[in-house]
Amino acid sequence: MRVALFITCFNDTLFPHVGIATTRLLERLGHTVEFSEAQTCCGQMHFNTGYQRETLPLVRRFVQVFGDAEIVVAPSASCVGMVREYYPVVARKSGDGRLCEAVEELRPRVYELSEFLVKRLGVRDVGAYFPHRVTYHPTCHSLRILHVGDAPLQLLRAVKGINLVELPDSHECCGFGGTFAIKNADTSMAMLGDKMRHVLDTEAEVLCAGDTSCLMHIGGGLHRLRAGVKTMHLAEILVQTESEARS
Amino acid sequence: MKTRTLPMFPKAARKELSNSQLRHNLEHATTTIRAKRNAVVSELPDWEELRAAGAALKARVMRHLDDYVLQLEEAVQRAGGHVHWAHDADEANRIVTRLVEQTGVSQVLKVKSLTTEEIQLNKALAAAGIHAIETDLAELIIQLSHDTPSHIVVPAIHKNRQEIRELFMNTIARGQELSDDPRQLAEASRHYLRELFLTVRVAISGANFAIAETGTIGVVESEGNGRMCLTLPETLITVMGIEKIIPTFEDLGVFLQLLPRSATGERMNPYTSMWTGVTPGDGPQAFHLVLLDNGRTRVLADAIGRQALHCIRCSACLNFCPVYARTGGHAYGSVYPGPIGAILTPQLVGEKHAATLPYASSLCGACYEVCPVRINIPEVLLHLRSKVTRQESLLNPEVAAMRVMGQIFADPWRYEQAQRLARQGQIPFIHQGTITSLPGMLAGWTAARDLHPVPNQSFREWWRERQKGAKR
Repeated sequence: MRVALFITCFNDTLFPHVGIATTRLLERLGHTVEFSEAQTCCGQMHFNTGYQRETLPLVRRFVQVFGDAEIVVAPSASCVGMVREYYPVVARKSGDGRLCEAVEELRPRVYELSEFLVKRLGVRDVGAYFPHRVTYHPTCHSLRILHVGDAPLQLLRAVKGINLVELPDSHECCGFGGTFAIKNADTSMAMLGDKMRHVLDTEAEVLCAGDTSCLMHIGGGLHRLRAGVKTMHLAEILVQTESEARS
Repeated sequence: MKTRTLPMFPKAARKELSNSQLRHNLEHATTTIRAKRNAVVSELPDWEELRAAGAALKARVMRHLDDYVLQLEEAVQRAGGHVHWAHDADEANRIVTRLVEQTGVSQVLKVKSLTTEEIQLNKALAAAGIHAIETDLAELIIQLSHDTPSHIVVPAIHKNRQEIRELFMNTIARGQELSDDPRQLAEASRHYLRELFLTVRVAISGANFAIAETGTIGVVESEGNGRMCLTLPETLITVMGIEKIIPTFEDLGVFLQLLPRSATGERMNPYTSMWTGVTPGDGPQAFHLVLLDNGRTRVLADAIGRQALHCIRCSACLNFCPVYARTGGHAYGSVYPGPIGAILTPQLVGEKHAATLPYASSLCGACYEVCPVRINIPEVLLHLRSKVTRQESLLNPEVAAMRVMGQIFADPWRYEQAQRLARQGQIPFIHQGTITSLPGMLAGWTAARDLHPVPNQSFREWWRERQKGAKR
């Protein structure tokens, strides 16, 4: 399948290795990855902070860049959530009927990585090998906007050598929330404190999630505490293989 | 009534977050109620259909509220009740005060009611020399401690029984020896309240619903104190927001399943009281219904915001909200706290008076998931945020930053230049490979979190390099 990679500005700029892992994983599974350099940002930060007018040109840009793609895949549930849940809202408010149609037409072809693998392709075992103790945090937008359910866990359970441990109170928000982390820093920290406590309770070496934004928040807190827990995106674990580990 | 500008949520939250007793009480209370709610909701195979039915009914009421409100008035009058219309809090308070004065009493009983909290009725009555006594146990605790409610269903959720024991021993049970056993505490309040139920002649209530078809008003509660107030006095005055109307008696079946399971995690609440006008020789012989607008028709005019009026005041969104569960209700500065308060209060008082409330959410979506009438709270929060930013000055640094970012994202070349600039700009802040302190707005981030610096190669640069290599 020809997959158009929607890297997201966040991963492009701050976590390029997640994009690289996603590319290599999809290629290993036999897909052709395409990347359009015309893509920038989906507009989630603007939209979620209340700047809907500034979001509109970014929606137009996205539709233009990805309009012809067969399948669009992103290693981020929250950015895909923005496209699927809120692009229609922005388009509707603009009063541009053609944009509304284009968004409706594109929406069902935009997938988050784990839902693409499990729900669209029906893959569980991607041939990964990762001999570490791992706990998984399901991010809010993956659960409550995209409803990916346990797709990421199905993928992780099939990883060879992994010791997957359950995260207590996993469905509770970590406190990131985009600009919420800055605007309501104190409340965000209180939520982060509880999330870190649960992560540490699992005695995991690695905390895994499908959004680097939440991981940057939880990982930033864990690093500040010198907690010795590493954060990794789902794609970074799934891309690792036994032959690579040996060499 | 002059609109009061609410305190800033981040500042108010900061104060509440440092109260360790409050944090402990809230965590215990919300954990317990979440588990109870989940257990009874999972029993119903048609829960999602019930939610859809509740949402559809409420949407219909809002669409035809002008008709339903007149139908209700007529039905109440037909059954022997009197109907009064109040445009705002002041008018409602004036009407109620006059009605109480006409009965000649100086003491009234109250059934737990958020609407009368919203209009600050007790204060208005006190100014006229009328003492209002709260009879809901939690409301009584709040009144005796000169506090304000912090939860819709459990107004004293922020207090534990040791605190309540002390309060009672200094007020209604002075000179008595009390333990912190809930049964003893309830008994102390019972002794105090029973006497009042039997002697006070006027009661004031709110309403959970009003049936337009029959003129029947209903109140659901757990203690039975509400029923005492609704049946024993001679005069009953009910203050109700106009959005509480439901079309027919049959529709009650939907809400009486949704409400108790969502509110207290019970299959059915212990007391459901319903009355239709007056019945000779049985219950209050004078009944007054005060229909309150107080900003509701303005909310109704907003196509996205109006779903906030669908709320049946169950508090599930509060109990499941990770923000509420840590800050408690007082941080919201309003009688309606939590996610529903964050979308209702700004609309009722005007966004400029509650500009930080729509931001008091991480947009995690837990509220929407549990709402029994499917209010899309995140959608309304985002809608209100956009109303707030439109009122901001262009000189506001955030507005300026968002504009610049918008222009950067609008153009891939500018976007890539900005990536490079960020790499350069961060150099002074990197210490041993980590950013631990940032200036200005970003300081909120590094207060508790380290930050990885922007790496030397972006994904697109890697991609470009790989494409070149492949061509060679």
